[in-house]
Amino acid sequence: MDVPGPWYLGLAAVLFTVGALGLLVRRNVLVMFMCVELMLNAVNLTFVTYSRMLDDIGGQVLVFFVLVVAAAEVVVGLAIIVAIFRKRSEATADDISLLKG
Amino acid sequence: MDWLVFVVAGVSALAGALGVVLARNPVHSALMLILTLFSVAVLFVAQQAHFLAAVQVIVYAGAVVVLFLFVIMFLGVDREEDVRRDPLVAQRPLAFVVSMLVLLEVLLLARSRWATGASSVVGPASGPGSNIEKIASALFTRYLLAFEATSILLVIAVVGAVVLARRTPGGIKSQQEVRP
Repeated sequence: MDVPGPWYLGLAAVLFTVGALGLLVRRNVLVMFMCVELMLNAVNLTFVTYSRMLDDIGGQVLVFFVLVVAAAEVVVGLAIIVAIFRKRSEATADDISLLKG
Repeated sequence: MDWLVFVVAGVSALAGALGVVLARNPVHSALMLILTLFSVAVLFVAQQAHFLAAVQVIVYAGAVVVLFLFVIMFLGVDREEDVRRDPLVAQRPLAFVVSMLVLLEVLLLARSRWATGASSVVGPASGPGSNIEKIASALFTRYLLAFEATSILLVIAVVGAVVLARRTPGGIKSQQEVRP
């Protein structure tokens, strides 16, 4: 007996919420990045669940594209963090306030 | 058996997610992230998405988390963060309220009947043939243009990372230099 899809959707919703909470609460930019990855994973789980519920392979293909975009995003984001940290040693997002008026 | 797999993988995924948020040390957060990624891969296998489970382990747990750990070590920011300090007034309660609203919205969306849609628009996920064959046949026919676009995106990301992380004489100015 398969586990019904709504259970997976609920789990993915909770995972997404935990990621969003971490993104809002934490101030270390690297941990904030990890929380974005958590949210992306929750969305991937939702796609795979709907792919099974609706019997459509398109959801899994979309997860593939999300993985590629997440990898590119991590590469560029970490490069930006390295470029910022080369001059500044603070690890918190509150200190990066150059655009503040 | 399916329920056992779902409960064990789901609980460990949630534990890992909470660990990412609650761990003070970024290295511990990265290790907890690996736990969550593996658990999600198990949930993929439980839903017959075998190719994506393998890609999840190889790309996320293998490449992305290693890149995170590499940057953490490279920058030497593996210090513990003082989580008791709260520089923004009422940041935590507001964040909690906003995330509860997000949870409520997503659960409402999951319960509604909007997403039932037409089944098998691209192709059936079940039936004869392996999972990877179905993904490949959809990827290289219907989604070929998007597939080519992702290759261009990856090339741009690599070039951008090299340009950003390169050490140049002019370089990126720090905030102190710019600030009057």
